Amino acid sequence: MAPSTEPVATTSKPASGLREFWYYFSVNRGAVIGLTVFTLLVLMAIFAPWVAPYSPDIQYRDALLKPPIWEAGSDPRFILGTDPVGRDMLSRLIHGARYSLFIGFFVVIGALFVGVILGVLAGYFRGWVDVAIMRVMDIILAFPSLLLALVLVAILGPGLFNAMIAIAIVLQPHFARLVRAAVMAEKNREYVTAAKLSGASHFRLMLITILPNCLGPIIVQATLSFSNAILDAAALGFLGMGAQPPTPEWGTMLATAREFILKAPWVVTFPGLAILITVLAINLIGDGLRDALDPKLKRS
Amino acid sequence: MAVRVAKGKDPHMLNYLLRRLALIVPTIIGISICAFAFVRVLPGDPILAMAGQHGVTPERYEILKEQFGYNLPIWQQYFDYLGSVLQGDFGISLATKRPVINEFLALFPATIELALTAMFLAVLIGIPAGIFAAVKRGSWFDQATMGVALTGYSMPIFWWGLLLIIFFSGYLGWTPVSGRIALSFFLRPITGFMLIDTLLYGNWPAFVSALRHLILPAVVLGTIPLAVIARQTRSAMLEVLGEDYVRTARAKGLSPRRVVNIHALRNALIPVITTIGLQVGLLMGGAILTETIFTWPGIGKWMIDSIFKRDYVVVQSGLLIIALIVMAVNLLVDLLYAFINPRIRVQ
Repeated sequence: MAPSTEPVATTSKPASGLREFWYYFSVNRGAVIGLTVFTLLVLMAIFAPWVAPYSPDIQYRDALLKPPIWEAGSDPRFILGTDPVGRDMLSRLIHGARYSLFIGFFVVIGALFVGVILGVLAGYFRGWVDVAIMRVMDIILAFPSLLLALVLVAILGPGLFNAMIAIAIVLQPHFARLVRAAVMAEKNREYVTAAKLSGASHFRLMLITILPNCLGPIIVQATLSFSNAILDAAALGFLGMGAQPPTPEWGTMLATAREFILKAPWVVTFPGLAILITVLAINLIGDGLRDALDPKLKRS
Repeated sequence: MAVRVAKGKDPHMLNYLLRRLALIVPTIIGISICAFAFVRVLPGDPILAMAGQHGVTPERYEILKEQFGYNLPIWQQYFDYLGSVLQGDFGISLATKRPVINEFLALFPATIELALTAMFLAVLIGIPAGIFAAVKRGSWFDQATMGVALTGYSMPIFWWGLLLIIFFSGYLGWTPVSGRIALSFFLRPITGFMLIDTLLYGNWPAFVSALRHLILPAVVLGTIPLAVIARQTRSAMLEVLGEDYVRTARAKGLSPRRVVNIHALRNALIPVITTIGLQVGLLMGGAILTETIFTWPGIGKWMIDSIFKRDYVVVQSGLLIIALIVMAVNLLVDLLYAFINPRIRVQ
């Protein structure tokens, strides 16, 4: 009998990193629910053209502002009703998941990439490099983030891509600060000194020796930024500065539906609910990650 | 030998204050450069924007360009701008032709009234909820509160505002949809705070109207701070409740209420105060969305309208003023934190 297949043995043995992580993560019921919902959303986004009953752009002129099927006067073809120009709400929502997840993913990648580089440079070299980088970060953080993103989009021109750049710029200082602090804490540890003595270059010390040991807080921050990016992009869309109208982006859908809120509440309710569920799922995962990756809380 | 320090003259505190102020000067200069530069790179020509639909003749264009100093080198334009800002002159709005600072001061009380009410609600509900959740850790109350808090934290507040309008204004008809007070009341502003002004006039129906206008926007703006404060209070309490001095207090036989209120709460509130202070920047961002949804005549709506109208002067100076306010509040919070937590000062 192989000991690795024995469930009792695995808990008593020092577990591998990933297994230990999963052990602490799965204790948190909310995190597992969040992960499940998030996985479903990702699958829905990937397979949107096959999952959605209709195309998000086709207008059924014979069915304008039809309510969801559980309300009187509905059209059985459209489960969640139709919008003011007769497009199927459900299909638009399913396609909208693509935009939100795409935005969240690429904004985090961008903010992470720039923020980690700046943070590592500042924390590793200190001195004037540190002062220069951190003062710029302070300046960005002094502006309310949504206001700064709005002005940046006004400069770059309204649109989804420019909104993503603006949000990445606004989120990036959080990574830089966090990474800088983590690098400063790790820099004087013995393993770093040992690597330095054995002749490792600055580049190697920064990226291969130190950075992997700062991953925990970076991952947690990345999750938080993911949900913030989705919220901010939806807010920009809502204000008319993000994705532009025919796009089934959830915030943009809300903006065009605003004038119908009292006449046809469902055109407002569902896109917002979709944003809330997505962001909530990601934040649940974030809480679980924090519990699993924060050694201070592990003992409890 | 004990070092004697006169009470109230803590050298660490002064030192800390000076260090913080020294760090702030380059940031302020950076902010002013940013606000100035953003507006220079905005698409469109400020003079054409000022002229409006009628346009200007090329001769008049040149005259205006010279009059507003747009013909000078860019660095000189910046120093001229900085010079006038330091004298309290933030420029003239292109759209209304009124001084930006006057517009700001006229609208600022509306945003402050909204933000303070939102914060009041958030603190009033968030702190007790966080304390109870921590004391009853793992109970249904704890789980429910933290579930609601995480939902609030994840809330797209522009949608939340629309939902509340659908329910309370559309379905129940309890609250108005927009503005600060019913149009039938016309009161000359005294303080600019509608709730206070209506009371000063002794106009009770106007006060009720102002309150009914204020409540939904305040709930919307207060939702995320409420969630953050409840979560932060809970985790700060949990940390403190595990400390040795709390265990000692319990072992001494003090009542659980006394242990929580006197020993734990005071220490747990230190990080919570910082959290409350740090919400100010977030509130300004939230104010943009909240004021847009409820057509609340405050700074947030003013800024977004100016961005859409391409009112460069307002955007530039508004950005600068808002960033300075946020920075000032953050500095105050840091100082307060250092004041109540001596460990910070010496670092």
